Order: sequence, then C-alpha cells, then structure tokens
Amino acid sequence: MAAEQIMFVSQGGAYQKAQTIAILDPSAKKLGITINQDSVPDAWPIMRSQVASGKPTWDVVDVATNFCLRGGEQGIVEKLDFSKIPNAAAMPAEYRSDYSVAYEFYSSVLGYNLKKFPDAASAPKSWADFWDVKKFPGRRSLRNHPLATLEAALMADGVAPDKLYPLDVERAFKKLEEIKPNITVWWTSGAQSAQLLNDGEVDMVMAWNGRISALTKEGAKVTYTYNQGILQSTSLCVLKGAPNLPTAIKFLNEAVDPVHQANLPLHIDYGPANPKAYDTKVISEARVKELPSAPENAKVQALMSYAWWTSPAGEAAEKRWLQFMQK
Amino acid sequence: MTLLAAPAVLVIVALVVIPVGWLAAQSIYDNGFTLEHYRRIFTEEVYWRSFALTFRIALMVTVLTLLLGYPVAYAAAHAKRPWNVLILACVMLPFWTSVLVRAYAWLVLLQRTGVANQLLERFGLITEPLAMVHNELGTVIATVHILLPFMVLPLYSTMQKIPRELMLAGASLGGGPLYSFLRIFLPLSLPGVVAGLTLVFVLTLGFYITPELLGGGRTVMISMVVSRNVELYAQWGAASAVGVVLLTCVLAIFAAVGRIIPLDKMLGQK
Repeated sequence: MAAEQIMFVSQGGAYQKAQTIAILDPSAKKLGITINQDSVPDAWPIMRSQVASGKPTWDVVDVATNFCLRGGEQGIVEKLDFSKIPNAAAMPAEYRSDYSVAYEFYSSVLGYNLKKFPDAASAPKSWADFWDVKKFPGRRSLRNHPLATLEAALMADGVAPDKLYPLDVERAFKKLEEIKPNITVWWTSGAQSAQLLNDGEVDMVMAWNGRISALTKEGAKVTYTYNQGILQSTSLCVLKGAPNLPTAIKFLNEAVDPVHQANLPLHIDYGPANPKAYDTKVISEARVKELPSAPENAKVQALMSYAWWTSPAGEAAEKRWLQFMQK
Repeated sequence: MTLLAAPAVLVIVALVVIPVGWLAAQSIYDNGFTLEHYRRIFTEEVYWRSFALTFRIALMVTVLTLLLGYPVAYAAAHAKRPWNVLILACVMLPFWTSVLVRAYAWLVLLQRTGVANQLLERFGLITEPLAMVHNELGTVIATVHILLPFMVLPLYSTMQKIPRELMLAGASLGGGPLYSFLRIFLPLSLPGVVAGLTLVFVLTLGFYITPELLGGGRTVMISMVVSRNVELYAQWGAASAVGVVLLTCVLAIFAAVGRIIPLDKMLGQK
C-alpha cells in the first residue's frame, strides 16, 4: 500500500518555507505520511470552486480564519471532530471553531519610521496617535481592507481593545473618513506595506508585525509597537470531501503539537497558536518577547473576532468598504 | 475550405465560446434564473464610479499613446537600416518584460524618494517631492508605457505600406512638407491610428495589476471590482456579471470601429 498523503495549501513565500521546516517536515516524518504542498496567495475562490467541482484535490488549507468560518457556514469545509485533535485541547476556546483550529498568530500593528520619530517618548504609540495628524505630522498608509482597519479606527475613537465587538461599523467608518485625506496609500499586499515604509514613501503604517521586523533585520530604521495591535490568526481547515480526510485530521493534530508550534518562531516572526508552545522552552526568552501571541504582548492587543466578521453584520461591513474607498 | 477551417473553429469553441458562455450563464443563473447581479451593477454607485473611472483612464491612455507613438512609428517607418531596427527594438524590448516588473520599476522611478523626484530636487525645480505615484497619474504613466507598443506596431505596419512616391508627387506639385503630410500621409495612416486606438483602449479597460500597484488604492478600475466581487460575495455571479458588461462594452467598441474600417484591415492585413 502506498504511504498516506495529503495536499496542503498555504500562502507561499518565506512563510511557507518557515512552516515547512518547523512544522510540515517534522509532522510528515512523525506520522509517516507524505505532505504535498501547493501555495496560493488567495485561496478562498479556489476552495469554493474545488468543492463545487465535487472532486477537490486539496485536503488542508492554511488561510485567514474568517475563510474557514465562512467555509463552514457555506458547506465548503468539514466539521472537525476535536476528540481526534487532542493537541487543540490546550488552546483557548476562541482559537477554535467547529470548522477550524488556529495555526499561527500575527498582528496588525502600528509601524513607523525611526528617522521621522527617533525619540521613543515622542513616537506614536496608539491608533489615537496615528489619527492625530497635528501632533504627529507625516504621511500614512493603511491596508485597503476593512479587517483590522475598522478595529483600529474604533480604538482611535476611544473604544477599549476588549470592548470592540460587535463593531460599531457606523462609528468606525466615520472615524476613517476623518483620516482618509491623510492616507497616502491604501496598500494591498504585505510586501507593498513594507516597501512603502522602507522607501520613506510613508512615515507611519498599519502593517503585519513580521513585515516590519523583517525590515529591521535588514537594517532599516523602522520599528513598531504591539500596543493596540490587532491579533489575527490563520487557521487550518479541511475541504469538504477532501480525498484524504482521515490523514488530514491526523495532520491537523500534529500541526498544533506544542513542540512543532514552538519551532515556527525560530524561522519566522509569527507566534504559535498553541499557548503550550511557550512552555516547551524551545523558544528563548528574548524571542518570546518579540512574538505577537506571547502572553505579555497579547495582553496589550485586541483579539480579532472572526465570528463577528463572518456574521451578516461583518459581511455587510466588508461590502461597504469598496464604497468607502471610491468616494 | 469549410472542412479545413474545422480545427480552428473547434479551438475557438473550446477556448472562447464555452468559457464566455459559462461566464454569461453564471451571471444569470444562481439557484435559478436571476437578474439580481445585473440589477446591482446598474443601481449601485460603486459600479458606476468604477466604470466611469476605467473609461476615463482608458481615454487618457489612448490619447497619450497616440501622441507619443505616432512620431515614433513615423521615425521607424522612415529611418534607414539599422536605425529603424534600433527604434523598433527600443519599443519591443520593454514589451517583453513582465508587466509586474515594469509596474514596480515605475514605482521606483516615481515615488517620493525615487529617481525622478531626486533629480528634480537636485536641479532645484521643486522643493517638495511631487506625488507622481499612488494616484491616477501613476496609473496613467505606467499604463501608457506598457501599452505603447500596441500603438506603435499597427501604426508602423500601416505607414510602411504608404508609397514614398506619393509624398514626392505631392512635393513635385508644389505641396510643402506639412501640407503633403496633412493631405497625403496622415489620411493614409488613419487605419493604423484606428487600430492602435482600439487596441490600446480595449486593453486598458481590462488592466489590473498596474492600477493595483500604482493607484494607491483609490484608483479602483473595473477589473479590481471583479476581483473584489469574487472575494466579497459568496457567488461568482456578481463578478461574472461585471465581466459580461465589460465584454459587451468591448464588443460594442469593436463593432462601432468595424463599421468605419474592417477588422482584418485594422489588425494589419492588406
């Protein structure tokens, strides 16, 4: 009999390379299976068409958690039996859903140019500062996407990070209108956000923590704060009718194993989704301080509610974004 | 003859008719017949704004490529070897470079700390960097550059076929260079102009990655609306409907142009 195998799909680039070394290769070895890989930056439309075709070729996808949830709602991903995923038991309830298990964390943080704001005491520290164009003059960039951006707008308007949901969409867009004339670029890809900050095209940006720390490592004079960051995750989910369902579930459990999870931040600046990873001592203490999901950092951030974003109100807010951008 | 055409017809059916039919079907069939997706396009402002912006950009790009491309094609058609080859090579080489690479190159050239702004500042022409990218201007500049070959090539092929003797004859009858150009050369080059205009206009309508990178987020062209629709709405129908409307516009343009000048002539045949 041929060895068991699955088709695993992620987003490619440095991230997929890191997870291959940290999680995929060790999992394949431990389970004695073959993990084939594919990478797609925008998997959602393909997930839909694969399942619609009746013969999906993908098994496990690593996507932004909202797509797993939406997929669950629309019958595109399998409902998970958590009794077969014991490693997920240690994860907080909000890291899991009936259809998904969190895989890694990243954060939408406030990043800025150190040449423009050299003094830590007078550098922007919160979304209220980002919105304050008088006290912090400079060029700004936000993501051309409502997720995390609406959260930031509400925090800028004084909503506490743990009181965000359900989002007051009206209030968020009103606050965004305020900053809109001062946004030089609405970025669409992570690479673009880093390029904008690195080239001095903007002085302040909302970007993913890993993008900014990668610049820092290359010697760029940029930094970021976790304060009021929006903690986001990608999750693993299994396509409905996946050709290798039992193996896929076995892999899901292995992927959130604390040791494999602890390996990930050794290769890239994303945090493990299984908090037990921080107990394995695999991650050095200095490293822990840099990770978005580390308890100390998670405390000062807002945890994104994907359940809200996949609710009708969340989807309506997403549709409203296009209108907001065009006016 | 009809039998010989069969393979070609099959290929066209497989690659064009079936996918386009599928697209059209999806836009009206969604668990039953529905015109909801079209209703959305014709009633929601988002779509109107994008269509208007797309056509405006396409118009600007088309006019600019003609103004830039006509002298280049003229020079290439009249220069002697090896100069004409050199001119054409200068037009074609960027043409073979990926659109993505060229879009990024323009970003590097035109951004605040880019080469263009630095030079202007060094020569004291400006004190504040000009905003040349992340807006409509950046989109137009890069699109013009990318589509210029589609203007130059049909112009060149038309101009090459204009007999030189006609201009000599014009001169021998006392016409000055400008007069001869306006009365003889320009009218004879019009098929190339129409071909170039149509190609560039239609291609700009579908541009995606260039406005995405150089538009700064506010330049929402219709192709971006299609992509957002696929992400946002659960069904493909919404995106398909936008695609069908765009395709209809393009076909209408070709049909209108075809009335003035036949398609085969427009695309460079004799």
